[in-house]
Amino acid sequence: MSAPVPPRLADDLDLCGPVLRRETLLAAALVLLLGVIALRFPAFVTASSLGGVFNDSAILIIMALGQAAVLLTRSVDLSVAANVALTGMAVALIDAHHGLPLGLTILAAPALGLLLGAFNGLLVWRLGMPPIVVTLGTLTIYRGLAFVLSGGTWINSFQFSPAFLALPRTELLGVPVLSWIAVAVVAAAAIVLGRTAAGRGWFAVGGNPTAAAYAGIDPGRARFLAFCFSGLLSGLCGYLWVARYAVAYVDLASGFELDVIAACVIGGVSIAGGIGSVAGAVLGSLFLGTIKNALPVVNVSPFAQMAISGTIIIAAVALNTRAERRRGRIILRPAGPQTAE
Amino acid sequence: MALQTTSRVIPDRLLGPIGRSAIRWETLLLVLAAAIFLANALASPYFLDIWNLSDATFNFTEKAIIALALAFVVMAGEIDLSVGGTIALASTAMGEAAALGFGTPALVAVGLGVGGACGLVNGVLIARLGLPAIMATIGTMSLYRGLSYLALGDGVLKDYPASFGWIGQGYVWQALSFEFACFLVLAALAGLVLHRTVFGRAVRAIGNNAFAARFSGLPVERIRLILFLLTGLAAGLAAVMLTSRLGSTRPSIALGWELDVVTIVVLGGISIQGGSGTIPGVVLAAFVLGLVTYGLGLLNVPGIIMSIVIGAMLIGTIALPILAGRVLAAQRRS
Repeated sequence: MSAPVPPRLADDLDLCGPVLRRETLLAAALVLLLGVIALRFPAFVTASSLGGVFNDSAILIIMALGQAAVLLTRSVDLSVAANVALTGMAVALIDAHHGLPLGLTILAAPALGLLLGAFNGLLVWRLGMPPIVVTLGTLTIYRGLAFVLSGGTWINSFQFSPAFLALPRTELLGVPVLSWIAVAVVAAAAIVLGRTAAGRGWFAVGGNPTAAAYAGIDPGRARFLAFCFSGLLSGLCGYLWVARYAVAYVDLASGFELDVIAACVIGGVSIAGGIGSVAGAVLGSLFLGTIKNALPVVNVSPFAQMAISGTIIIAAVALNTRAERRRGRIILRPAGPQTAE
Repeated sequence: MALQTTSRVIPDRLLGPIGRSAIRWETLLLVLAAAIFLANALASPYFLDIWNLSDATFNFTEKAIIALALAFVVMAGEIDLSVGGTIALASTAMGEAAALGFGTPALVAVGLGVGGACGLVNGVLIARLGLPAIMATIGTMSLYRGLSYLALGDGVLKDYPASFGWIGQGYVWQALSFEFACFLVLAALAGLVLHRTVFGRAVRAIGNNAFAARFSGLPVERIRLILFLLTGLAAGLAAVMLTSRLGSTRPSIALGWELDVVTIVVLGGISIQGGSGTIPGVVLAAFVLGLVTYGLGLLNVPGIIMSIVIGAMLIGTIALPILAGRVLAAQRRS
């Protein structure tokens, strides 16, 4: 029974063995962080408090998974927070003024998000436009459309139907539905990224677009699908955000795209594409979420939070860059059988 | 109609589909700017007043000055998203210095110095440590503005000396403001450097192929470092002007400017992949954006609708030539 095992292509470059893998390191860093906080504030690490941290990070986790898919294909989606604002405003208006059945209203959010993501994806795929330019443009357009829809007004908690607001907080087995949705999305993302042709295509295209094209994977189409995935999850978060905070306004989630990208980068998703994992994105989100929740507890001014996230982003990018560089730099590529004459 | 070329020419700027049919990007922008100017003049009777036109320059001059420097960065295939944060930090430093009783020349030096230091940090992270520019500057964008929030909280600094206001509000000749005069001089300088000097050619070469540039003996990392330093200095100058014009500093100053500045650069025809574009294009794009926002402002259009227009222009100006090129190519084939 010693059939030769085919070499497995690692998602993450397994340079230092499983013990020192990035996810393990990140998990250790997270535990260390919690340990340091626990030294002075033991109440922070009780089960209910940690459950609260997870629930607070749920939206970040969901959106980081969508962003991770896009980053894997060497693209970036800066429009995710604007997508949340627009879909959130749309479902809020539907719920407040038109009273569709709750199921339809909630389904409208991911559906609209998918459309917005597909628009980004089509521009990238069909017109070959750089993703950063496309999403920089749609970032302002989507948020502007949220203004057009609402006329700049706020939808406040008393205008929503009670069921619309209650869903994310309803507890199942002692855990809010919002957390369950995050768990379900993590499981779904693990399947999509690890077990479907589309997900494997994202890794292939990000690792080497030319090789992927030769292998029959259309890089443009793969990017399109990744943008659709990101848009779908952002749309879902549009509903979750509005329902959780019970308010919808144009500037909702403003600047959140940076948190999402930061979570991915902390989680080891490479901006250069092809490297990343579901576990990494989740751990990166939890790391950021823990810090955000812990700052007020350890008496650091909330105004320090932005500088701290910035420092963490830079440190994480620096670590990633070092890890990726250990491969060594190929100066002259070996003259392979390139007979494309 | 297959044209057999004997030698491979590396074009000064990579021509888009419309460029190939002999229409330059800059011409297109000029026509666009003229059309918007005309539309503004027709839409509002107050638009053509010389003082009104002078006022109209204020809302884009500072952004345009940063865009001139960022054009070099983008031309070299990099990006800097931290300019808004740099302005916030430089403005905060100036405010603190003013509170300590510094005079106007010292305040200008503080603004430029902090801006340059921010640019230098970006440059070291990107050129020396090899971080990807987009991530590094997303990080420093949060860091710089975060430091500003850390220093100010929700407070405001406004103890500026009276003479400080001239930089952002003064006029050098008739209706020609100091800010706009600065921009014109810097634009001419940037155009000369990019299109007429070895340094400019080196930047373009790096944007076309950084590896080839390195093997050609260009000090790629040093040039990249200089470009980020210059962008930081430009943001510092913009911070001096903006702070002087507003007369106060809050940590949210220049929020979201990176988007507008990148839009000017890309609309100006600088390829986001690097290697192609011109300074006249960037200058024209600054005028187009400035005129559109000012004209819409005269028509009482809310700011957020303007941002839709800007976003649509950013996508449209890139998408339309590609689509038009496809249509032309399809016609030629048939």
